[in-house]
This record gives sequence, C-alpha cells and structure tokens, in this order.
Amino acid sequence: MQNLESFQQETATWLDENCPASMRTPMSEADTIWGGRQFQYPSEDARLWKERMAERGWTAPTWPREYGGGGLSNAEATILKREMLRLGCRPPLFSFGLGMLGPALLEFGNEAQKQEHLPKIARGEIRWCQGYSEPGAGSDLAGLQTSAVDAGDHFVVNGHKVWTSYADKADWIFCLVRTDKSTKQGGISFLLFDMESEGISTRPIQLISGSSPFCETFFDNVKVPKANLVGELNKGWSIAKRLLQHERAMISEIGFADPSGQGAPLASLAKEYLGESHGRIADRVIRSEIAQHEMKTHAFLATLKRANEEARAGQSVGATSSMFKYYGTENNKAKFELMMRILGHHGLGWEGTGFDEQQLTVTRRWLRSKGNSIEGGTSEIQLNVMAKQVLGLPD
Amino acid sequence: MSLVLTEEQVAVQDAAKKLIRAQSPLTELRRLRDEKNPTGYCVDLWQRMIELGWPGIIIPETFGGLGLTANYLSVILEECGRTLTPSPVWSSGLFASYLIVNSNTSELQRETLTALAAGTRTVAVALEEKARHAPFDIKTTLSGTSQMKLNGRKHFVVNGHVADALVVTARSDEGALQLVLVNTAQSGVTVERNQMVDSHNSATITFNDVSIEPQQVLCSSNAEALLQAGLDVARLGLSAEMLGTASEAFDRTLAYLKEREQFGAIIGSFQALKHRAAIMFVELELARSAVREGFSVLNSNEVNTTKLARLASIAKMQLCQTLHLISNEAVQLHGGIGMTDEHEIGFFLKRARVLEQLLGDDVYHIDRYASLSGY
Repeated sequence: MQNLESFQQETATWLDENCPASMRTPMSEADTIWGGRQFQYPSEDARLWKERMAERGWTAPTWPREYGGGGLSNAEATILKREMLRLGCRPPLFSFGLGMLGPALLEFGNEAQKQEHLPKIARGEIRWCQGYSEPGAGSDLAGLQTSAVDAGDHFVVNGHKVWTSYADKADWIFCLVRTDKSTKQGGISFLLFDMESEGISTRPIQLISGSSPFCETFFDNVKVPKANLVGELNKGWSIAKRLLQHERAMISEIGFADPSGQGAPLASLAKEYLGESHGRIADRVIRSEIAQHEMKTHAFLATLKRANEEARAGQSVGATSSMFKYYGTENNKAKFELMMRILGHHGLGWEGTGFDEQQLTVTRRWLRSKGNSIEGGTSEIQLNVMAKQVLGLPD
Repeated sequence: MSLVLTEEQVAVQDAAKKLIRAQSPLTELRRLRDEKNPTGYCVDLWQRMIELGWPGIIIPETFGGLGLTANYLSVILEECGRTLTPSPVWSSGLFASYLIVNSNTSELQRETLTALAAGTRTVAVALEEKARHAPFDIKTTLSGTSQMKLNGRKHFVVNGHVADALVVTARSDEGALQLVLVNTAQSGVTVERNQMVDSHNSATITFNDVSIEPQQVLCSSNAEALLQAGLDVARLGLSAEMLGTASEAFDRTLAYLKEREQFGAIIGSFQALKHRAAIMFVELELARSAVREGFSVLNSNEVNTTKLARLASIAKMQLCQTLHLISNEAVQLHGGIGMTDEHEIGFFLKRARVLEQLLGDDVYHIDRYASLSGY
C-alpha cells in the first residue's frame, strides 16, 4: 500500500511535469494519435507527449519492459489511468496494436514475434489493422473463405476482407485465413503481414455518418513468410476468440474512458437547449430520462469495477467481456438518442452555417454509434454467448 | 472502497444461507399464510437469529449488540430475499435500530437498544400517509411543549402488527419534523393488522391524543437529517433483499428453461428465450454492483450522507427495475403453471411489487436523483 501511494504521487508529479498543456484539453476523434509509418502528428506537442510516454513504456503500461511496456502491475496501471483522467491528459497513443494484437501476441506469439512487433506497437511506429470479417462471414465469422496456401517457405493468400478498420492507413495486418477447407473453426490460422506486400489493395467504405473508417481489402496472390504464422497451423480460432474479447473490452469502454467529453454532460446540454424552471430541466420527461440514463451508467461502471476487483481476488469473472460489450454499446447508443432528443431541430443538420460544430458532431456521432452494437460481434451475438457460456442454455 | 465481500462477510453469508434455507424455505411463507398465523413470521427462525446475535448487528457493544456495520445485514437480507422470508430483520434490526442508535442519548434509548439487541423487543417505523412513498409529506402532529400529544394515522407500517414500539414521524407546532418513540401499548394507540398481497404483514396505526414524554422525542434538533440517512440505509437493506429475491426468481426460471420441452426441444434452446434470459442476467449483475457499492459507503466511520443518498437511490432504482422485469418474465416463461397458486413462482411476483413500493419505486428515485444532482 505504501508503495502504491508513493507510486501515485510520483506518477502525478511526472505527468504534471511532462504532459504539455495542449495535451490536457478535450480532444475530438480527429485528434487520436494512431502512430504508424505515414502518420502525421497534428502537433509537435502530440508527438512529444507520445515520445515521453513511450520512453517510460506507459503507452503499454502493463506489458513487460523487455517488449517496450511499462512493466506495471494492474493496480499501478489503474492508478496511472486514474491520474491521467484526473489531470485531463489525453491518451498518448491509441491503436489496435495496443488494444488487440499486443495482448494476443503476449499470450500466443513466439519470442521472435514478440521481440519484433511489440516494441514497435508500444512506440507507435507500426500501425495495425484487423482482417477478420468477409462479405460472407459477419456474425458467422468462422465461415471465412480467404485462403492461405502452403507454398514451401511461404503462404499464398487470396481473398476479400471487409470492415477492415483504417486498412488504407495501416502498415501491417493481423489476419484470419483458411488453411484447411475440410473443417470450419479447425481450419483457421492467424497470420501477420506487411500491407506493403505485393497484391494488396484497399477501398474505403463511406458510412451513414459520412466518415470512412472502414475499408474493403483485397488479397491477390500475396506472399507471406511462414515465420509470420502466430501459434500453430489451424489453431487460429482460439487466438481469434481471445482477441475478440480484447476488442469487446475496448469497444465497451467507448464513451466512458473517452476524456473528449463528447460529452458536455447530458444535464447541462438539456439546461442549455430546453431551459430551466426552479433549477430543474424544464422538460420533466427528458429530465427523468437523463437521470435514469446516468443512474444505469453508474451501475454499469460499478460493475466494471467489481469485475476488476473480482478478477484480482482470483474469483471467476465469466463471459464478462460479452456482457460489457453488449451493455456498454447499447448504453452508448441510448446516450446519443437522448442527445438527439435534447437538441431537437438543432440535431438534424448535416453541413452549412445553420448548425454549430457541437450540434454537427452530435449528429455524426449519433449515426456512428449505431455501429457500436454491430462491430466486434453484434449485440445479438453477445447475448448468445452469455446464454451459452454463462447461463448454460443448450444449443 | 471495495465491491467484493470480505471473508467475514462471506462467513456470515454462508451461515445465513444454511440457516434460512433450512428453517424458512418458501413452504414456510405458504404455511404462515394458509394458517393465518397471528405473528406472520417464523418464530423459530427469529429465535435462532437472536441466539446468533443478528438483531443487534448494528447496535453498539455497550448495549449488548455486535457493533458491526450494516454490510453484515446486507448478506443476511439477501438470503431472506431468496426465500421471501418474513422477519423483523429489516424493519426492526436495520431501519428502526439505525434511527434509535443515531438519536439523542437517553435512558429510554439505552433501554430500547438493549432490548432490541437481546431480541426481546421489536420496533417498527411508522412513516407513510400517502398513496405513494412520501416521507416528508405528513399530517401527523406532535403538539404542545410540556404536555405533548401525538395525533395522526399511518399505514403500510411493515411488521407494525407485532411491534412492541414504533418510531413515528410527526410535525411539531412549528412544522419541524420529529421522530417519536411510542410504545404500542400506550393509551390512544390503535393497531390494525393488514395482510398484504405478498402474505407479509403491515399495519394501519392510529394515534389519538397519545401522551409523549420529552425523552420519547428521539432527535429534536436534526431529525430530518437522521431520517434521510435512516431511509437511505433502509433502502440499501431493501435493495439487498430484492437482490436475493430477483436472483432466486431468475435461477428458478433458468432451471425451468433447461427442463421444459416443447416442439421436441428444450425451450431454453430457442433464441428468443435465450436473449431474454441473457438480458435478465446483465440487469442482475448491474443490480449486484449497485448494492455492493451502496453498502461500501457504510464501511467508514464517518458516513458521507450525500454520497449515501445518491448510491441508495441508484441501488433502489436498479433493483426495482431488475426485480420488476425478472418477476414478470418469471411468470411468463413458466407459462400456465406460473399462474397457479400451487407453483411457487407467483409468490415472487407478489413480493416484488411490495418491495418495489417500499421506500420509493424507480420513478421516485429517478426524480430524487435528478434533484440531488442539481437538475
């Protein structure tokens, strides 16, 4: 305990001295530091902040120091997170490498793969994308058809992936491929390869929100060295499932850990747009909906906290990633519906001068939030997983 | 502030589980109902609880109590909730005891606490006068200064039909809230027993020119703050009990989904039902966290009452909604058998509605939370 207290003080002091003032202001999605070969830092401060944090390994706080991490215990990492939130520090780096591939490599990768990839992820040098879904394999992910054929010292990959987040901006891809057509889950392998390899092309997909974070990705006779196979041949499905848990955990925190405060709290937004009467939001029905939303959110966050504590106490935490993914995304969608209701006519703009930046942002984010309960496994899939794995209901 | 039970709490939980399941399974509530039992709760179980010192859990050791935090009562109440056990644990052991423990010291206070801890007396709290929970909207009066008289009528007094004494809320001549400790045997007190839909009991109590001594006024200066804190602690206690009730109704429903066959299949294999079960599971997890977080505030010596108020409202809201959902789904998913009195699942629906209304339903607590949050 004494150690944690001094850690907390040292951390607070260090953050205060090293986090540039401009990195302590609310951020928008466009300010996210993804890293990577082609990444343009939005400011010198952003680059400096990432460098300083990476230097300490605090871009990947709990990873071992030998792989570029901070070597922190979970308790220390929690303190770091809390202090960053308290001081309003922006995340120095956010990437699929940090949130998804890294944890999977730590568990399933061989020594050479860990040495090669983890430090570059922690320093933000290589940006990764995820090659999972295909046009014919969405919720039924294990039905994927992209093939990798053994050609001696390498595989030859052919196929078509979809919903590849930022494939057009990524340097490398972690990809699920079929290496055996005779069985379903048991014929999938987990490959890593460079997006600069010959035969790869990408095409951005425009979403209902107007942005294009996703791509279609095409592989035409792409050569991948055999050393890039993670785990054993045809054993990729268990890695894929584990990685999905990390992805779900990441998505379920959307709207909570995000210090951008998209985010003026609902109540102040409602007071601004709907007015007050005797200190209360003038519209009693919306006031009630806001309060209920905040109370449910509070109970949800307490559940995240309890799951962490139970995990630390060695108690079982079940298929909680499905639960958090389901509830976190549904809750986030509900928040944006509520914001749209508060904004009324002002939430209906698309572009032009009739609407201010905050209003336009809410509208776009409301549309984007609809994807939260689809990507990374739909809400319906999460409910299926809970019914089977936690409740033991039969197929 | 931990959300995980301590080893000591788990030990009490295990003891409660064993005792309550053995002495007071749901068949016991049915027996009490069918024989129109005059006490309305299982006397043998209460005796065992007295031997274990449970009526005195939150009463200081100087009065013969155990001097523990209400956290220990939370795990006992959760078990009571599982079997829908009627007992004075919540009404007397938590709610009334909390108010008396935290009131002005007097000979009467000492004597009452000693009797409460020993289990020789129970006290009920007489609050409600309106159709819905409204603890500060009262017409009962405590008038006069030297010769005080209590006049008014209270309903929905849980376990008031067997209580030896009552903590009664009243307004003074100046309109200040007062908490008055009244012996039910005092002249001018009339107690009418009401059997409720859930087969538990409450009372309607009339006070007609009841003479009140100064030491019967529990807390003359800040009775309102004391009542607020007492209500919140009691709401957390109810939430713990509701957690047990909701968990048990859910477990029974889940078991039924795994055993009932139609169309040549176990009905729990149908996705439409799987999803409903999973949604109930998630709500129940949120409910458990809300209860644990609320009680964690009571661990410290100096209770932060602002925080307590918010967390108690969150817990009661979440438990009202969760239990409402699960009790309805429980009957629906059991199908026709769920509508019969012979089957036990209907008891959960009936008990659920009583627990929901007690000390404010979700609508009440949503409104309260908004006010507490300054909007």
